[in-house]
Amino acid sequence: MDLSSISLTLLMATLMVAATPILFAAIGELIVEKAGVLNLGVEGMMITGAVCGFVVTIETGQPYLGFLAGAAGGAALSLLFAFLTQITLANQVASGLALTLFGLGISALIGQSYVGLKPERTPDLFPEALADIPVLGPILFSHDLILYLGLALVVSVWAFLKFTRAGLVLRSVGENHDAAHALGYKVVRIRTLAILFGGACAGVGGAYLSLVRVPQWTEGMTAGIGWIALALVVFASWKPGRVLMGAYLFGGLDQLQLRLQGAGVAIPVEYLAMSPYVITIVVLVILSADKSGAPASLGRTFHASQ
Amino acid sequence: MSTALIQLAGLTKAYPGVIANDSISLDIQPSEVHALLGENGAGKSTLVKMIYGLVKPDSGHMQMNGHAFEPSEPRAARSAGVAMVFQHFSLFDALTVAENIALGMENPPAMRDLAARIREVSETYGLPLNPAAKIGDLSAGERQRVEIIRCLLQDPKLLIMDEPTSVLTPQEVDILFETLRKLKASGTAILYISHKLEEIRALCDTATILRGGKVVATCDPSQTSARDMAELMVGGTLATPTAKPMETGPVALRINALSHPAPSAFGMPLRDISLDVHKGEVLGIGGVAGNGQDELLAALSGEMATKPGAISLNGTDISAKPPRIRRALGLLAAPEERLGHAAAPDMSLVENAMLTGSVRENMETNGFLNWSAAKRFADHIISEFDVRTPSASNAARSLSGGNLQKFVVGREVLQNPDVLVVNQPTWGVDAAAAADIRQALLDLAANGAAVIVISQDLDELMEISHRFAALSEGRLSKPRDAAGLTIEDIGLMLGGAHGMEVAHV
Repeated sequence: MDLSSISLTLLMATLMVAATPILFAAIGELIVEKAGVLNLGVEGMMITGAVCGFVVTIETGQPYLGFLAGAAGGAALSLLFAFLTQITLANQVASGLALTLFGLGISALIGQSYVGLKPERTPDLFPEALADIPVLGPILFSHDLILYLGLALVVSVWAFLKFTRAGLVLRSVGENHDAAHALGYKVVRIRTLAILFGGACAGVGGAYLSLVRVPQWTEGMTAGIGWIALALVVFASWKPGRVLMGAYLFGGLDQLQLRLQGAGVAIPVEYLAMSPYVITIVVLVILSADKSGAPASLGRTFHASQ
Repeated sequence: MSTALIQLAGLTKAYPGVIANDSISLDIQPSEVHALLGENGAGKSTLVKMIYGLVKPDSGHMQMNGHAFEPSEPRAARSAGVAMVFQHFSLFDALTVAENIALGMENPPAMRDLAARIREVSETYGLPLNPAAKIGDLSAGERQRVEIIRCLLQDPKLLIMDEPTSVLTPQEVDILFETLRKLKASGTAILYISHKLEEIRALCDTATILRGGKVVATCDPSQTSARDMAELMVGGTLATPTAKPMETGPVALRINALSHPAPSAFGMPLRDISLDVHKGEVLGIGGVAGNGQDELLAALSGEMATKPGAISLNGTDISAKPPRIRRALGLLAAPEERLGHAAAPDMSLVENAMLTGSVRENMETNGFLNWSAAKRFADHIISEFDVRTPSASNAARSLSGGNLQKFVVGREVLQNPDVLVVNQPTWGVDAAAAADIRQALLDLAANGAAVIVISQDLDELMEISHRFAALSEGRLSKPRDAAGLTIEDIGLMLGGAHGMEVAHV
């Protein structure tokens, strides 16, 4: 066992990469749930985004086009969910679960002939000179555009919900859809837009997984990250700041346990592999003990009856 | 008249199977308080929803100040100067007062300026409010202030109020009326919907009475008796329940220093409640909703177990007994919420009759159910209480609120209880059916049962109770003889006006 082989700087740099897929999926789902919709299809939308992004990047050689395709793929799948739950008023839980199963299936179908290929590398945003600064360089400046976009997204979502009228309307729809309807807000339209946003975010998160984090396509490669993102939103008490914290905690633990495995720590691999999931949830459960609750209309079907 | 603020001409709106509004015409003048009266289902709500742009009329015209007025959505109505205070408050519990108000405005100013304006308006009208408070923490009266101030901030020309006083204490009602009179003096017209005829007589200049979607009469409420208006609404003569003089029997139910912590985050703890209820008496318990009514009912029905010795029935301690045992012993209860608490919405009336009746009406033997007995019992309730339903096998959900209420109360009354506890027995029930239910409760008491009626409707309690007690913040006042109590006395028993003051302008 040799713990000195674990470099803290590298750990920090890689945990940001490891956390980004969850961060995207969770921040998208946060908006969806704030609008009062429970979309359990995050895993399915992520993996659809992963395969769409991968395929387009391989075909065009353009990683950014790949991310766009990932967003489009996730959003397209979420549109199906929006149709089922907002137009035909189907049950949200059942529709979400079906969405996940459908996403896993269709992504495997699309990705069949792409297994084992290597996608074009997504370029770093900053010049190498910056990335060569000791300690700070690898942590802050050695990443691609999408990772920084994820961070910017967290700040924007926070500001959107807190300071803008559109954000207030979105929250009001999630709190009490009957009252929002009575005040003349278009509940179904607002929710559909939120669902689309959530789908696009999950798609980008998935594409980040297949294009940067791994980078490769394998069937079922999301491996439960979508579910962790869902749990994260709940245990983060629907607060963007805590979602960011939870995602980085999960990413950090994930990288740490990989390195501990590498360093030959005398803990069975299975325990190490499950530790990020357990610790992240335990920490967030403790944090969520304050009184801020779920959006009151979360998961309830809205019908504009007179 | 050409000076009318709002003119409605021949408004018609039909829903599948029912004409909600049939060619309704009425005028509202500036500075007029116009009452809209009618039974449940007479079409009042549909009519105001059309004015507020939530529902589109099938035919007919609306004019405002002589110009065509056809709001396609509430936004358009609001910008034309129509504001509405809803019957079920359209507020968001998790948001602050200022955020709630901003949501109801077309062009809200920045939050900081809005908070200042809320303070200003709320002080002018004597409705103190903290803009940063969360709605979930406010009382019903304070929530209504939020709705009213939301409307006032938009300088409305027409203010629509749908049953505004149903949740207020008498003192709060006085302050609301004072505010409305100030508004009227400043030129605002008010369209006022209420069941409470005495209020309308005190406040309104004109009353339009709807029945079955049609205008049946227009009158000056200050010149018309409440009874006449009620009969116009019902379209027949109204039977007033008659109480036989009470002969106090022995104590049937004794509550001794009952205290219980709040069962949920938004619940109310019960605090040191003591009470004797005698055979042959109707005891009325008044109070604004959320002051412990549901908790008291749960403690009595057995849904909430209490500490030993707190509740005894005919001398036996039943504090730890579950509902079925209490039913067998003769203590029955009918909770307030019809769908989901008093009745299972998707089960048939026969099944619902089985649910509470099986213990006392011998509908089960050794765990097997006797459905034909349940069917007979359900049919008995339906004929005895005039429940309008195609058959006893219809789902509870398919009945109108008033009919289901008759079924739910009738089901308990017909089981010959020793003690019956009912919460809001005539909530949402129209005048004729309410009179029937009250008469049934009085007859039950006359035959020797003890009846506890929990209600927010003080007129109802005054009409049927022998003794009256008030529930406030989970505490029960000492019961007093109902004869001779004034509305002011009751208001003070209910805890007064919760810090409201009269308008300053």
